[in-house]
Amino acid sequence: MKKGLKFNIGGIIDEPGNSVETKKDGWRVHKPEVDYDKCTKCGVCAMFCPDGAIFKDKNGNYKWDLDYCKGCGICAQVCPVKAIIMKEEEK
Amino acid sequence: MNNLPEKEYFASGHNACRGCGPAIAMRWIAKAAGDNTVIAHATGCMEVISTLYPYTSWKTPWIHSAFENAGAVGSGVEAALKTLYSKNRPNVLMIGGDGSTFDIGFQALSGAIQRKHNFCYVCYDNEAYQNTGYQRSGATPKYARTTTTPYGKVVHGNDTWQKPMPLIIAAHGAKYIATASVSNVVDLYNKVKKGLEIPGPAYVQVQTPCVPGWGINQASTIQVAKLGVETGAYPLYEIEGGKVKMTRKLEKLVPVKKYLELQARFRNLSEDEVKEFQSRVRYWYKYIESLESKGKVFP
Amino acid sequence: MPLFGKFKYGGKNVISGSDAGAIAAKLCRPSVISAYPITPQTIIVERLAEMVNNGEMKAEMVKVESEHSAASVQMGAQATGVRTIGASCSQGLALMNEILHVISGLRLPCVMMVANRALSAPISIWNDHSDTMASRDTGWIQLHCENNQEIFDTVIQAYKIAEDKNVMLPIMPCFDGYILSHLYESVNVATQSQVDNFLPAYKAVHHYLDPKRPITIGSVAPPNCYTEFKFQQQKAMDKALKVIKKVNSEFSKEFGRSYGNGLVEEYKLKNADTVLIGMGSVCGTIKSVVDKHKGVGLLRIKSFRPFPTEDIVRALSNAKRVAVVDKAFSFGNAGPLFTEVKAVSPVKKINGFIMGLGGRSITEKDIEFVIKNAGVEKNFWVNVNE
Repeated sequence: MKKGLKFNIGGIIDEPGNSVETKKDGWRVHKPEVDYDKCTKCGVCAMFCPDGAIFKDKNGNYKWDLDYCKGCGICAQVCPVKAIIMKEEEK
Repeated sequence: MNNLPEKEYFASGHNACRGCGPAIAMRWIAKAAGDNTVIAHATGCMEVISTLYPYTSWKTPWIHSAFENAGAVGSGVEAALKTLYSKNRPNVLMIGGDGSTFDIGFQALSGAIQRKHNFCYVCYDNEAYQNTGYQRSGATPKYARTTTTPYGKVVHGNDTWQKPMPLIIAAHGAKYIATASVSNVVDLYNKVKKGLEIPGPAYVQVQTPCVPGWGINQASTIQVAKLGVETGAYPLYEIEGGKVKMTRKLEKLVPVKKYLELQARFRNLSEDEVKEFQSRVRYWYKYIESLESKGKVFP
Repeated sequence: MPLFGKFKYGGKNVISGSDAGAIAAKLCRPSVISAYPITPQTIIVERLAEMVNNGEMKAEMVKVESEHSAASVQMGAQATGVRTIGASCSQGLALMNEILHVISGLRLPCVMMVANRALSAPISIWNDHSDTMASRDTGWIQLHCENNQEIFDTVIQAYKIAEDKNVMLPIMPCFDGYILSHLYESVNVATQSQVDNFLPAYKAVHHYLDPKRPITIGSVAPPNCYTEFKFQQQKAMDKALKVIKKVNSEFSKEFGRSYGNGLVEEYKLKNADTVLIGMGSVCGTIKSVVDKHKGVGLLRIKSFRPFPTEDIVRALSNAKRVAVVDKAFSFGNAGPLFTEVKAVSPVKKINGFIMGLGGRSITEKDIEFVIKNAGVEKNFWVNVNE
């Protein structure tokens, strides 16, 4: 829980989208690994990520923000060229 | 893809399950809502997982109050916006799950449509009360196993078919009605956007598989939703100006068994029950398809 | 169908309690009106509809499909950042119950008139206080009126109290169904400029759904903060005690009328051994009986929520016997007003009288009975066929 919790009147939350402050990496059992040689940069993986954890970097490569990736594996399942595999987390 | 907004309006860090179908839909619904929309949200999974104080995943002005009143709260929002803005008035988007849309919130939605408020209502249809622990709703298909319709020795799962909600809404005279699938988020995005742009009431219903409720593999959400469309179990169509248009025409229906066998909720179906399911799916798909050739069939 | 007809701003008019409430609401310039005619209907919203449809009032009139939606529409509109008005009673108020809690919990300063009526079953469309007593714990301020002038004045005061930054709580101005809602009395109707002077234009401070400031209203509170939000609500109720008094005296300065100290009204208490306590229109009857007796006075509770404990204790400091009149009952225990007054009363000789349920007339003879039996070791159902 956030330090110095403020109790806004009526429970209003006035910081839009601040759920990004709560990381979800602890939920993950499997972690995506990408074969960038196979990847065609089509972006289908990012489209279907329930957690909005896949983003395009400067070079147009799709990257995973592991703070939010819960490791569901939808990206690997929808990838048309099977460039993503799910590997068990080493923890 | 190029015309789709990169900006996320439904922020990461929410508490949806791994592989959540509705959460994927929320991202695209919120993108369609964009910068000038107010959202009235019913109680349900997507409300609970996105607004655990002091955190919110929403970047759009958003209000939730109860399970059954998104239609009414949104009506109040719309009425107030009318008095506040003479131009560039924000859109009103209402969001509810199938329980709050088909069942407990049906009356409020019905009234909102009849009063012709300007809004788009999006029902994310995961076919049961998944938030409260997978109980049967008015949108649960027959034979589906839920916690209130277990597969017993005497009664095999749910004993009712879904209400034909989009057609019921169409009979109310809504300006735009569409069904969508989370397996085609571009189509979903476009339909929600259209629903918001068309003046008057609009309704978009999107099928969103639920990993624990349907008993599917967490990676297979999209695959299952896709089969929902390809088998004809979830026909995709629009109703505009009272005319029905299939937005995904199926040359041939994929056997529904392929869709059912991926889901633990249909695990124990007998051959006869699968047959009944198949004929029901074919009947409704063909029925809706037949409306397409009839011109204006709704007010 | 009786039409509203003409009335005069800035002068006396013979109008019903519902008319008084509707005209007062109109003068407060609400932007959205929301209500539904559940059995029993009051004519408050019909009056507002006439004013809207005749172009005398600029507001969105949302003709909802249920009382539950009436409260929900009002909530949605208020949260968007405008002033609103609603009206309900009886079964309607019961159906709204869920949303009443939400409105107060979200700290939305809604005003909704309640023409008090009995609850089913058996079904009754007549007056008692069962409906608002059942809404006691919804977190709404309840101000009970004695006559039509007070209805008019209380509606105007209600907005100022509700919207005070220290309060931010919804208010039900309550008045007895039929007895006041349908009774015609002389009411001094204020002018628009008088009301505008007293009540500034609405400006939402915390709650407004604006794309330029995208807030989330109606979040989920986990156990580590739910209690704090509820505690804040109670602190606001505490502060409302002061604000209600302040607004009552400000109102008096502007309009020349006030109601006790805003929370309670003391009537001939100075040398009274016997004190009767009641709420609403019955206090008019009690006053006329008190006038015929020496050593008997009345303490009228105007603010039932927040409960004016200090004022009650002070007012009863010289009393020897106290009788509390209730128009509602808490089954398995006693009258709710009696139970609450007894809990704080410095006078030990105190008892309760149940009367006026479901529209049963309360006569002067009944009040004489109360005076005679005040403070005995027994509670009474007055005028009942056992």
